[in-house]
Amino acid sequence: MELVVTIAIGVLTGSGIWLLLRPRTFQVIIGLSLLSYAVNLFIFAMGRLEVDVAPVLEAGTANSDPVPQALVLTAIVIGFATTALFLVVLLANRGFSGTDHVDGREPSP
Amino acid sequence: MNPVDHLAMLPILLPLVAAALMLPLGEPRRPLKVALNLASTLALVAVAVALAMRAATGSVEVYRLGDWPAPFAIVLVVDRLAAIMLLATSVLAFCSLLFSLARWHRVGVHFHPLFQFLLMGLNGAFLTGDLFNLFVFFEVLLVASYGLAMHGSGSRRVQVGLHYIAVNLAASLLFLLGVSLIYGVAGTLNMADLALRVPTIPAADRPLLEAGAALLGTAFLTKAAAWPLGFWLEDTYAAASAPVAALFAMMSKLGVYAIARVWLLLFGVAAGPSAGLGADWLLAAGIATLVFGMLGVLAAQEMARLAANSVLVSSGLLIAMIAVGDAQVIGAAFYYLVVSTFTLGAFFLLVELADRGRHAAADILAVTREAFGEDEDETDDDEIGVAIPAAVALLGLAFLGCALLLAGLPPLAGFVGKFMLLDALFTALTPASGDAAPVAWVLLALLLLSSFATLIAMSRAGLNRFWAPLEARVPRVRIIEMMPVALLLAACAGLTVAAGPALDYAAAAARALTAPQAYVEGVLPPATASEAAP
Repeated sequence: MELVVTIAIGVLTGSGIWLLLRPRTFQVIIGLSLLSYAVNLFIFAMGRLEVDVAPVLEAGTANSDPVPQALVLTAIVIGFATTALFLVVLLANRGFSGTDHVDGREPSP
Repeated sequence: MNPVDHLAMLPILLPLVAAALMLPLGEPRRPLKVALNLASTLALVAVAVALAMRAATGSVEVYRLGDWPAPFAIVLVVDRLAAIMLLATSVLAFCSLLFSLARWHRVGVHFHPLFQFLLMGLNGAFLTGDLFNLFVFFEVLLVASYGLAMHGSGSRRVQVGLHYIAVNLAASLLFLLGVSLIYGVAGTLNMADLALRVPTIPAADRPLLEAGAALLGTAFLTKAAAWPLGFWLEDTYAAASAPVAALFAMMSKLGVYAIARVWLLLFGVAAGPSAGLGADWLLAAGIATLVFGMLGVLAAQEMARLAANSVLVSSGLLIAMIAVGDAQVIGAAFYYLVVSTFTLGAFFLLVELADRGRHAAADILAVTREAFGEDEDETDDDEIGVAIPAAVALLGLAFLGCALLLAGLPPLAGFVGKFMLLDALFTALTPASGDAAPVAWVLLALLLLSSFATLIAMSRAGLNRFWAPLEARVPRVRIIEMMPVALLLAACAGLTVAAGPALDYAAAAARALTAPQAYVEGVLPPATASEAAP
């Protein structure tokens, strides 16, 4: 399971960074989203990967660490909100410049 | 709990409540919003003064949210450093708000709620004693700043706003990675608890902890606009509307604050094998930022860009000085931080006033004319004896004040701050026998060179703008716009006159930071501390 999660995080991060460096605003936002998925998985993995354990503290039973789950929830909410905000700015920029290039103008050939 | 103990919560609660009240009010109800915003900001100044006076005794005031014991829940911590930053923020915010009332708050919607949310994020980030909570407050202030940076709209603001958001989102992801790595290794996010646990981390886990800290540092350095992570700053600050840019002068200082707080607490002298982690990198980043900002100041053709590059210069200087790690140096750096924030705030406001109604290309034309000689006839001989209009004279005087403060010339506080920095630097880096370390000489040279570069750039801008302008147009300036500039400069003058007590306060803050025993024991009373440490 560790290997699967590691590969998933790696692939998401790699694709995210590649897209983040692309010149179209839509590619940038997808890149940022992929990166934030990778980061969320990473935070989750930092609480150690365990199968079939309760996240709630109960005496006598095995528990997984609840803190990273709380952190990841916060991170998801914040990431969701900022992505939505970025989308609005992206559309505003598209409206102003008439192009979806990040610099607001097509590069001269 | 004594009612007055809840004071520590107010810098976060007040702006939150004020902003929440303002949100449902429509734009026609703007006078009500103005009243709310002014009341909240003024109350913040009062609260900050009260907190600063309480912290002056050296006590570390800890506010436990929900009264849960410290390592398990989030704490707010008021010490001298937090009090300094709160006070500086609220004073700057009041001046910038006053300025915006003349016209800027009308050019877009939701200026007032966003303004209060930004203050809430800043205050929360200064107060919190928890790493993840620091992230949350960073996000609060960043989201508000995205809105404010684009306040007034226009294709240019949206264009650079897009870059600003992309860079900061990426930096926030680094922040999260760093925080989760540190949690994964140390098992806590409470900063005082972390300070206790860092020395005891086993050697096998140490690389992971240090990688987490490095990621965290990268995120902070991006906010502080250190080279090469700070290319977003110049465009964003130059394009932002004046009151927003003035408040943003504090925002880049937040990155510096976070570095000082977290780095000195977690990787100070008591951190065992990890003590001083990355000090050389911090020093190099600070020096590179300083050089880059200095070149930018010299190359700037518009005054707004000159101001934005001055932010880089002061960020670089502060980062380099914190990296030295000596209490005296850091104390002087905090004093300089406040002075330079006020000066930059005043300068951003002043730039907008002086640029008002001017032809956009006039600045570039002036510099070009200087470079390639004047080929136009001197036609203004007959203007000899024309008095300088009062508005221009006032602006010119304020500009002179900013120039003296930024370049660090006597008699104002910029000189006191830079002089104390150099003095402390040489005391700290000179061994008992022998000469000062080479790095002290490098920093001395760079500090003087950057002051000189600022002086040249400011003289050029001042000559072109106030003394021999290409177009003799008098900007229409209202008293409510001149007052904040005067207030900020007066605050700098006050810091010059009261340099002794101010420097003592800053030095005490720095001593508490470099020897965080009191901070740790304040958050985790010794009984719990011994249990928490493995």
